[in-house]
Amino acid sequence: MSQSLDAYLILSGLLFAIGTFGFLARRNAIAMLMSIELMLNAVNLSIVAFGAFVPGLAGDGALIALFVMAVAAAEATVGLAIVIAIYRNKRTPLVDEYASMRE
Amino acid sequence: MALPQTVPFIGWAWDDLIFLVLAGLMLGGGLMVVLGRDIIRSGLFMVLSFAALAGIYVLLGAPLVAAAQVLIYIGAISVLILFAIMLTQSKAGPSNLVFHHQSWAGALAAVGLAVIIIVVVIYTDWPGAATGVVASATTLIANLLFTDYVLAFEVVSVLLLAAVIGGVFLAKREDSPDPGARAVDEPTLGRLPAPRDES
Repeated sequence: MSQSLDAYLILSGLLFAIGTFGFLARRNAIAMLMSIELMLNAVNLSIVAFGAFVPGLAGDGALIALFVMAVAAAEATVGLAIVIAIYRNKRTPLVDEYASMRE
Repeated sequence: MALPQTVPFIGWAWDDLIFLVLAGLMLGGGLMVVLGRDIIRSGLFMVLSFAALAGIYVLLGAPLVAAAQVLIYIGAISVLILFAIMLTQSKAGPSNLVFHHQSWAGALAAVGLAVIIIVVVIYTDWPGAATGVVASATTLIANLLFTDYVLAFEVVSVLLLAAVIGGVFLAKREDSPDPGARAVDEPTLGRLPAPRDES
């Protein structure tokens, strides 16, 4: 089981689905960002799994995963800064109360 | 004392058992992140999920990625998210309504996505895939990083610099012209209180 590519890809798909549900369903902006991190981790897992199981990609998979981690760190920094800036104006982290563009 | 070749009483290989335990921890942690009512607890379960994923990276023969996972995700991103949670806690505590009213549609979409991914993965015959894990040596990764991927490496460093500057700029508080005119209930998070005139 731990030696088959399918098991890792299914695991990655399940984690991605969990992250999708969290992103679509949670009201808290930071919970949505956490769900995005879960989805990025799922994608990273599939990248590393392909790198480990395809002999021509040994090394490339791990390296691309490291780049994804760096971009994820940048995304988390800017995303959380935006959430904090909005919180300072609106006094709430709940996204369905951010309705000023609709009014 | 040497361990037996397979798990006693079950007959599995050790790797399979470790894989199942780590996968369960990762998925359970992920579910608790998404479904938990208390958002600080969600953040802590996210750390658990990341740690289990680091173990899975080790199983996949990528110890460098596992180390980076611990350093970047557990050490940096989780702490950043926990700080952001604490900065945006409202006084009322966790809200009663955790999910949107239309969250059933999100659940439907997530289940559909999972089913599609599982079906596609099972019915696809991956060409060129080996039957076992090929461990990637760290020296190989380092050589690739400074030959084939050196441009991406430099671009990522510029991107991180831009992200740091952007984060500081966005989270910076606008200085009000008169510090005494600030509203009373305004929290002073992120800055020191203004020096007071003693005269």
